[in-house]
Amino acid sequence: MPVSVHPTTADDSHNQSASANASAGPDAHTSGPAPAERAEPEALRPHAEHAFAAELAALAAQDDRPRPARWKLSPWAVATYLLGGTLPDGTVITPKYVGPRRIVEVAVTTLATDRALLLLGVPGTAKTWVSEHLAAAVSGDSTLLVQGTAGTPEEAIRYGWNYAQLLAHGPSRDALVPSPVMRAMAEGMTARVEELTRIPADVQDTLITILSEKTLPIPELGQEVQAVRGFNLIATANDRDRGVNDLSSALRRRFNTVVLPLPESADAEVDIVSRRVDQIGRSLDLPTAPDGIDEIRRVVTVFRELRDGVTTDGRTKIKSPSGTLSTAEAISVVTSGLALAAHFGDGVLRASDVAAGILGAVVRDPAADRVIWQEYLEAVVRERDGWTDFYRACREVSA
Amino acid sequence: MTGNDGTGSRARAYDDGPLLLGVRHHGPGSARAVRAALDEARPRVVLIEGPPEADGLVPLAAEEDMRPPVALLAHAVDEPGCSAFWPLAEFSPEWVAIRWALEHGVPARFIDLPATHTLAWGKEEEKEKEGAAPTGPAGAGDMSSSSGPAGASGPPGGAGPALTSDPGAQPPETGEAVRVDPLAALAEAAGYDDPERWWEDVVEHRATDEHVFAPFLALGEAMEALRETYGTGGHDRDLVREAYMRLQVRSARKEFGDEVAVVCGAWHVPALRERHTVAADRALLKGLPKVKADMTWVPWTHRRLARASGYGAGIDSPGWYGHLFGVPDRPVERWMTKVAGLLRQEDRIVSSAHVIEAVRLAETLAAMRGRPLPGLTETTDAVRAVMCEGSDVPLALVHDRLVVGDVLGEVPASAPAVPLQRDLARLQRRLRLKPEALEKELELDLRKENDAERSRLLHRLRLLGVAWGESAVSRGSTGTFRETWRLRWEPELSVRVAEAGVWGTTVLSAATAKAEADAVAAQSLADVTGLAESCLLAELPDALPAVMRVLADRAALDADVGHLAQALPALVRSLRYGDVRATDTRALAEVAAGLAERVFVGLPPACAALDADAAAEMRRQVDAVHGAVGLLGEAVSAAHGDLRARWHSVLRVLSQRDTVPGVIRGRAVRLLLDDGELAGDETARLMGLVLSPGTPPTDAAAWIEGFVGGGAGGGMLLVHDERLLALVDAWLTGVPGEAFTDVLPLLRRTFSAYEPGVRRTLGELVRRGPGARGSTTATGSGAPGFADEPDLERADAVLPVLRLLLGLDEDEGVEGIEELKEMKDGGGLVGVGG
Repeated sequence: MPVSVHPTTADDSHNQSASANASAGPDAHTSGPAPAERAEPEALRPHAEHAFAAELAALAAQDDRPRPARWKLSPWAVATYLLGGTLPDGTVITPKYVGPRRIVEVAVTTLATDRALLLLGVPGTAKTWVSEHLAAAVSGDSTLLVQGTAGTPEEAIRYGWNYAQLLAHGPSRDALVPSPVMRAMAEGMTARVEELTRIPADVQDTLITILSEKTLPIPELGQEVQAVRGFNLIATANDRDRGVNDLSSALRRRFNTVVLPLPESADAEVDIVSRRVDQIGRSLDLPTAPDGIDEIRRVVTVFRELRDGVTTDGRTKIKSPSGTLSTAEAISVVTSGLALAAHFGDGVLRASDVAAGILGAVVRDPAADRVIWQEYLEAVVRERDGWTDFYRACREVSA
Repeated sequence: MTGNDGTGSRARAYDDGPLLLGVRHHGPGSARAVRAALDEARPRVVLIEGPPEADGLVPLAAEEDMRPPVALLAHAVDEPGCSAFWPLAEFSPEWVAIRWALEHGVPARFIDLPATHTLAWGKEEEKEKEGAAPTGPAGAGDMSSSSGPAGASGPPGGAGPALTSDPGAQPPETGEAVRVDPLAALAEAAGYDDPERWWEDVVEHRATDEHVFAPFLALGEAMEALRETYGTGGHDRDLVREAYMRLQVRSARKEFGDEVAVVCGAWHVPALRERHTVAADRALLKGLPKVKADMTWVPWTHRRLARASGYGAGIDSPGWYGHLFGVPDRPVERWMTKVAGLLRQEDRIVSSAHVIEAVRLAETLAAMRGRPLPGLTETTDAVRAVMCEGSDVPLALVHDRLVVGDVLGEVPASAPAVPLQRDLARLQRRLRLKPEALEKELELDLRKENDAERSRLLHRLRLLGVAWGESAVSRGSTGTFRETWRLRWEPELSVRVAEAGVWGTTVLSAATAKAEADAVAAQSLADVTGLAESCLLAELPDALPAVMRVLADRAALDADVGHLAQALPALVRSLRYGDVRATDTRALAEVAAGLAERVFVGLPPACAALDADAAAEMRRQVDAVHGAVGLLGEAVSAAHGDLRARWHSVLRVLSQRDTVPGVIRGRAVRLLLDDGELAGDETARLMGLVLSPGTPPTDAAAWIEGFVGGGAGGGMLLVHDERLLALVDAWLTGVPGEAFTDVLPLLRRTFSAYEPGVRRTLGELVRRGPGARGSTTATGSGAPGFADEPDLERADAVLPVLRLLLGLDEDEGVEGIEELKEMKDGGGLVGVGG
C-alpha cells in the first residue's frame, strides 16, 4: 500500500532544535524545487516546516491577526511566509515563491474559506513547492501527502486494513490503516494530493464526498470520520496533461483553481535557468562554460516567444508549438548543450550546442510543429541582428 | 441623517459659500454622494464643470430617447476635425447632477471655460506639433478628450482618472512641467500602491450613511493640501479655467442667492474656494484665442469610456462602475450572479454553488487585503479561481462583456446635427455630388483629381456603412483608372450618417476609425485583405498600419496555407495598383513578403495526401501564388532576400516529392520551365520519369494535366517541343487498355481546354508520326493546311498594325518582325490566330 504515514504530530513541529535555524539558503529565491538547506544533517531534503522552523516561529510569535480554527498562523502571516517580507522585530522572512502576489493571496484565502485548493501549471512552475509550504505554514505539517499515480488505489485516499489485525481481532478501528487524508480530517490538518489528474477517475471520485460532506464513512464499522475544523486539501495537477484523467465537473467544482504562471519577465527566467543550470552542472561535474549567459538568454528568448506566440518586441505574432516549452525544459536544453560543449566542443556554449536540443523541445508533433518551427526560423530568427550563427545552426539540424 | 434635521443640514451646506461638490469624474461613489448631497442641500441652481455652450442642450438630457453613455461634442464650425468630447455615463456625477436639476426643475449650467477657447487652444497645439509629426483629426480628438470632464489624468496606465479634470490638457509632448498626479500622491500617503484602489476604498465604497457632505469636505481638504504642495502641478491652463469658473459661480450667486451647488473635479475645489477679485479673474481671461464652436450630444459607448480605446475617459471598468451605481444593494453578490449568467450563456457550467463560493472567496480576499469591501480586483480573482478554473480565457470574456461592457448610448433625434453630417454636406458641395433619390450612374476617370476624390468619398462612405454608391462593372473601357458607380440616396442613409458620427467628426477620420475597428473584428483572413484593399481605394493611409498589423497577426496564426495563398494575390494586387503614399506601400510589401514566406514554408507539407478535388484547388493556389510572387519580386525590401529564388526552390521541392499529387507536381515543373529555371533536357527527364511504366497511369495523367493543362498555352508547349510531345505520345500508346478508361476523363479535361487551332495542329503532328516530324527549322515542311512557303507580301501587310500594337519604331521593329516571321514558319501563328 503506497500510503506513507509519518509519525509526526502537529504539536512538535514548532519546538524545533536551534540547529534548524534555516536562514534561507541562497536558492530560496528560485521558484524551482530542491533547495539545499542544511537543517537536519541526516535528511537529504528536510521538510519545509523543519527547514524554515525559525521563520515560522517568528511569524507565529508576532502574528496578532485572527487565525482560522487550528491554523498555526493567520492567513496574512501565511502569505507573508510565502512571499517574504520583514517582520516588525526585524526578522527577515525569505520569499519561498517568486511570482505574482495575487496567486498566493488567492491560494491562502481559498484555504481559509474551507474550499479545497487546486494548483495547476505546466511542469516546473513550483506547484509542489507552493503546496508544501502552504501546508507547512497553515498546519505546521507538510507530510500528509498522497502521491497521485496511475496506480493510486482508493485506500490511499480513504483507508486500508492491517490484515493481520483484521484476521486476528476482526474489523475494528485498530485494524484500520488511515490514509493521510483521513488523518488530516481527524486532526484538522492540511492534506496534500500530488498529481491529482494522474489518479484514475474512480479513485478521484472518492474525494467528492470528503470535500463536500467533509466526512469519510467507514461502512465496515458502521462509523464515519468527520472532518475537524481546519481540515483542508491542496491538490496539484499538470494542466498540459489534462487528457490523462480529466477531473469530473463534480470534483472540479469543489476546488478553487489557481494557475501558477511561468516566469513573467525574460530576465527572471534567464536568472532561474542559469541558476539551476549552474546547480545541475555542478552536481554532474560538468566543467563550467564561460560566457554561456548569452546563449542561455537566446534559449529563453526562443522558448518564451514560441510559448507566448508573439515576439519579445511585441511586433510579430507566431504560432505556438504543441510542446509545453516550460522553464524546466529550457534548463534541460542548456544543460545538455553544456555537456555537448564540454565533451565534444571547445568548452564554450555555442549556438550549435543548443540548436539540436531546442529542435527536440519544440518539435513534438513532427508534422505541425516542424512547420511552426521553420516559420519561426524564417520569419523571426533569420532577420534578427546577431542571430545569424543561431539561424544557421538551427537550419542545419532541422534540414 | 436626512429628513429629521434636514433644514439644519441644508442651511449648513452653504455656510462656507457655495456648496462645492468635488468629484472624481465617472466615479459611481461620487455620483451617489452627489445625488445625496443635492437631495439634502436642495440648491436653487446646479453649476457643472463643462462647456457653457452646452447649456441649451441640457433639456435634451430629460428626453426619453436620451440614454447614457453619451458625450457632449464641441467642434469648430468651419473645421469639424477639430473637436472635443465630454463623455458622460449613467454613473458620472455630472450626469447625475444634470438629471437631478431637470427632475427638480432647477436650472443646470455649465461653468467651465467655453469650448470656443479650449478648441482654439487645441488648434494651436496642433499647429505646434505639426512641424514635428503631422497628426490627423484623431489627434485633435485626443487633445480634447482630456480637456473636458472626461479628462483622464495624465500619465497613461498610471493614475486615477480625472480627479483633476484636466491634467491631460496639454498633451504629454508639450507638458513642460513635471506632471503631478494628485490621486497617486494621496494614495501613496495612505500606503496604497494603486491610486485607483485607494480612491475606491476611500470614496467609492463608502456607504452613504455618514453625513452627506462629509466626504466632500474631507476630499476638499486633502486637495487643498496637495495644491499647496504642488501648485497647479504643471497644468497652467487650469488657472484660466478656474478663473472663469469663479466668475460664473459669482454671477450665479448674484442671480440665485447663496444656495448654489457646484459639481466639479475635486482638484478644482480649493481654487473655487479661494477669494479672488473679479478684476484679477477677468485679467486672466483676456486675450484668449477663439474659434467658432458648435455643440451637440453624440451617443457614446462603454468601450470608448475605457482607458484602452482612443478617446478614453480614463476608466477601465465602466461596466463595473455602472453596476456599482445601478444596483440597490449587495453589489458583489449581484455581480457574481451576472458573471455566472454570462458564463452560462457561453455554455460553461456554473452553478449557484459556484456563485456562493465566489462571493465567499471575494469577501475573504478583501478581508485579507484589508479592504472594506471586495473591489474589482477581488471579484476578478474570485471569478478566476472559482468559476473559470484558473483560466484567463473565460475571464477575458467577463472583462470584455461585463467589466467594460457593450452598452451603447442613444441620443434623441432632436439633437443638433453631428459634425460628420456637416462634413459630408461640405464634401458633397465641393465635389458637386448631390444626394438624389433617383438612381443614376456615375463614370469616374480616376486620373482627374475631382473624380478621384469622388471615388474616395464613395469608398469611404461604403466603409462607414453608408451605401450611397454601389460599385458597378465599367462598361466600355476596362482600364484600372475607370470606375463606375450607381448612386442613390435613400432617406435612411441620413440616419446611417448620424450613427456613423460615433466614429469621428469628418468622413476621413470616421472611415479611418471604422476601418481600424473592422480590422480587429474581422473574422477571416480574406476579410482583412479585402479591408486592406478598401483602405487603399478609399485612401485611408492612417488606417492602413492598423489593418496591416491585424493582417500580419492573422496570417501568422492562420494554419491553413490555402487561406494564406488566397490572401496573397489580393494583397499583391493592392500593392501593385494601389496608389498610396510611399511609406504605406512599404508596410504593405513587408506584410505581403511575410505572407509569401509563410506560404513557402507551409506549402510542401500542405500538398501531401490530397484527394483529387483538393489537389485541383491547391494547384490553382500554386498558380495564384506564382503570379503574386512574380509581381511581388521587385517590390520587397532586401530583408526578405530573393523571394523568387526561394519560391523556385519551393517549386523544385514540390516537383520532386512523390507524396505531392501529380497535378501539382506537373504544375510545379511547368512553372519552373516557364521561368527558365529548368532546362528543356531536365524537363524531359522529369516527364519521362513520371510517364515511365512504373507510375500508375492515373497519376501520370494528372501530372500531364498539371503540366500542360489549363489555359496558359500548355498546348503550344507540346506543339513546339517535339520531345515532350513524343513522350506523351509514347506514354499514351503504352497505357494498358484497362487503365485507359481511367485516364481518359483526365486527358479529355486536359486537351479539350485547348483552342481548336492548337488541337488541330497537335492532331496533325501526331498523325504525321514521329518519323515524319523533322526539325521545325527545315523549310518546306510547313504546318499542314498551309503553303510551303509563306506569302511574304501578304504577311508584310500586317506589319504596320503589329508595330502599332507593340509600340515599336520603324527601325527597331525589324528584329521583332523577323521573329514573328520565324514563328509563322513554325506554324506558331496558327495558335495565335486560333
